[in-house]
Amino acid sequence: MALVETNPRPKVHDARQRVWFERIPASYWIVCIALLIMPAFASEFTLYQVFGWSFILGMISLSLMFLGGYGGMVSLVQMSVAGLAGYMVAIFGDSAITDISLGWPWYIAIPLALIVAMVFGTIVGSLAVRTEGIYTIMITLAVAAAFFYFTRQNYVVFNGFSGFNGVLPPNLFGVDWRQSIPFYYLTLFWAAVSYFVVLYISRAPFGLALQGVRDNPRRMAALGYSVNAHRIAAYAFAALIAGTGGILLTWQSAQISPGTAGIGPAIDILVIAVIGGMSRPIGPFIGAFIYVLLKTFAIDILLSVGLSGERFQLLIGLGFLAIVFFSPDGLLGLWDRWQEYRKRDPLLDRSEDRL
Amino acid sequence: MTFLDTSGTSVSDRLSVTGTANALELRGVSKLFGALAALADIDLIVKPGERRAVLGSNGAGKTTLFNCITGDFAPSTGSIRFFGEEVAAFPAQERIRRGLRRTYQISLLFTGLSVLDNVYLACCGVSRGRFSFLRPRRDDALMASAENLVHVVHLDEVRDTRVSELSYGQQRQLEIAMALSGAPRFILFDEPAAGLSPAERQELIEILTGLPGHMGFIIIEHDMDVALRVAESVTMMHNGRIFKEGKPAEIEDDEEVQALYLGGEEGLGHG
Repeated sequence: MALVETNPRPKVHDARQRVWFERIPASYWIVCIALLIMPAFASEFTLYQVFGWSFILGMISLSLMFLGGYGGMVSLVQMSVAGLAGYMVAIFGDSAITDISLGWPWYIAIPLALIVAMVFGTIVGSLAVRTEGIYTIMITLAVAAAFFYFTRQNYVVFNGFSGFNGVLPPNLFGVDWRQSIPFYYLTLFWAAVSYFVVLYISRAPFGLALQGVRDNPRRMAALGYSVNAHRIAAYAFAALIAGTGGILLTWQSAQISPGTAGIGPAIDILVIAVIGGMSRPIGPFIGAFIYVLLKTFAIDILLSVGLSGERFQLLIGLGFLAIVFFSPDGLLGLWDRWQEYRKRDPLLDRSEDRL
Repeated sequence: MTFLDTSGTSVSDRLSVTGTANALELRGVSKLFGALAALADIDLIVKPGERRAVLGSNGAGKTTLFNCITGDFAPSTGSIRFFGEEVAAFPAQERIRRGLRRTYQISLLFTGLSVLDNVYLACCGVSRGRFSFLRPRRDDALMASAENLVHVVHLDEVRDTRVSELSYGQQRQLEIAMALSGAPRFILFDEPAAGLSPAERQELIEILTGLPGHMGFIIIEHDMDVALRVAESVTMMHNGRIFKEGKPAEIEDDEEVQALYLGGEEGLGHG
C-alpha cells in the first residue's frame, strides 16, 4: 500500500526545468519593451497625464484587487489610505503650507507616511474583517466618508478644504522627477514593483492562504489558520501599495486636498478594478488605463458630437455599464473567454485541450 | 518517513507507547439549536491511538459531535479535553494546532487551487510559515511533505490539476491528504467512503488501516464494511445520545442495535 512505500521524488513539472526567462510569455516581453521605449514616441502630456496617472490609479486599484480578488473583501477605503499617505508626505516633508509641514528629509517623511498609511489600513481592516460582503463595503465606505469630512474640517493637521500644495518629489540623483519622462519612469517602476510583488505573493503561502480564506474561511480555520489575522495582514499589505500610489499621486499634481480622497474617487477605484477585472493583478492597470483615457479624452469626443464637455462622466458610466453587463469579471474575463473561444474546435464545438 | 511507520498495529501495542491522558475526553457535552437538542449529555472517552467508529442514523448527532470537538460549533454545555487539555473554549484553529484534524462530509476544498496547493496550504496551516510572503523553495520541507501526502493518497497524476476538475473520489482522497498534513495526533473522519466506488472504498480502507500506530481517529461511516474493518470500538448514537458502546462484534450482535437499525433480521455487516 502506498502508505508504506518510500516517497519517490515526484517528477518535476516541466515549467520548473526551464530557465526563468523562458517561462515568461512573449506578450510580457512585448509589453515590457513597449513600456520601456514609450518616451521615444509618446508626447509629454501622454507620458505624464495618461500613463503616469494610469500607473498610479492602477496601483491604488491593485491594492483593492489584492483584497477583493484574492481575499474576497471589497474595500472602498483604499483611496483614503492613499490620500492619507499623500497627506503625511506633505505634513512630514515639504509643502507650500510651511506652518504645518515639518520639512523633514524625504528618507524620513516617506517611510513614516507609509507606516502611518499601513497603521490606518490595519485599523480599518481589523474593523472590516468582522463583516462580510455588502457590510464590508458599507464599513469601508463609511470610513472613507469620515476621512473625507474629517480632512475637510480639520485645519490644524490637514489644513481643511484647501489641503496642501507645493508637495514635490525630492530631487534625488539630481533629477527633477516631475518632468514628464522621469515621472513616467518613476511611476512605471513602482507600478511594476507592486504588480510583480502581488503576483509573487499570490503563489506564496500568504497569498495562497488568502485565496483559501476567500473560498472557504471555515475550512481555513479547520486547517489551523487564524482567518481574521490573515485578513488584517492583507489589509496592511494592501495599504502599503495604496500608500505608495498615494504618494505618487500627490507628487503628480503637487497637491493633496480632501477632494483627492473623497467618496467619488473612492468609488472610482472600485470602478477601475471592476472594469479591468479582479481575477489577476494586471486587471486594475488595464482598468486604470481605460478610465484615464475616458476621463482625458471623453470631453473631446462629447464636444465633437455637439454635447456639453461636462458630461464626460456619462461616457465613463456608460462604459462601466456596458462592461459590467457583458462581462461581470471585467475586460480580463472578456479576454479569457475570447482565448477559450479561439481554442475551440469548430466541428466539435468544444475546447481542443478537452478532446 | 516516520509518517509511514505502521509498527504497532494492535491497539495494545499502540496504547503502550502513548501517554496516560486520553486522546479525547468529552464530559456532559450538549448542543442545543433553539429547543432542539442535537447533542444531549455526551460522555465519550477515546484513548490515544484508538480507532473508533461512531454509528447512527441520519440526525443522530454524529456530525454535530464532530463540529463541537473541532470547534466549528461551540457546545452549549460540557467539557472537551484533548490529550488532557481543556479545549472547549478554544477557537477551531487552536485545536488544530494541537494536532486535531478532520475531514468533512461534503468536501470543503479550495476548488480554484491545484491539488498540491491545497495540501501545501494544509501543511502551512499548522506551521509558522503560514504568514510567509516568500514562495517555497524547491527544497522546502513543507512542500516536500505536501508532495509526499499527495503521493500517499495516489493523486500524483493530478497534483497540478485544479481541484474543480477532479472526480468526486479524487476529491475525497484529497480531503484525507489534507487531514493527514502537519503531523496530526487525532483525526475525525466524517463519512469518508460516501459516494466512493467499491475499488475506491478498498483503497480508503488501506489508507486508514495503514495510518501510523499513534494516530487515533473517530470515523463516522454508514458503510459498515468500512467502519467495522477499520475500527476497534464502536459508539452507537441515537437522537443526540450515546446508547451503546463496545467492540464491533458486540455491537453487531446486540439485539437492541439490530432492532433499531436493521429491523432485527440482518447483521450489521450487511447494513
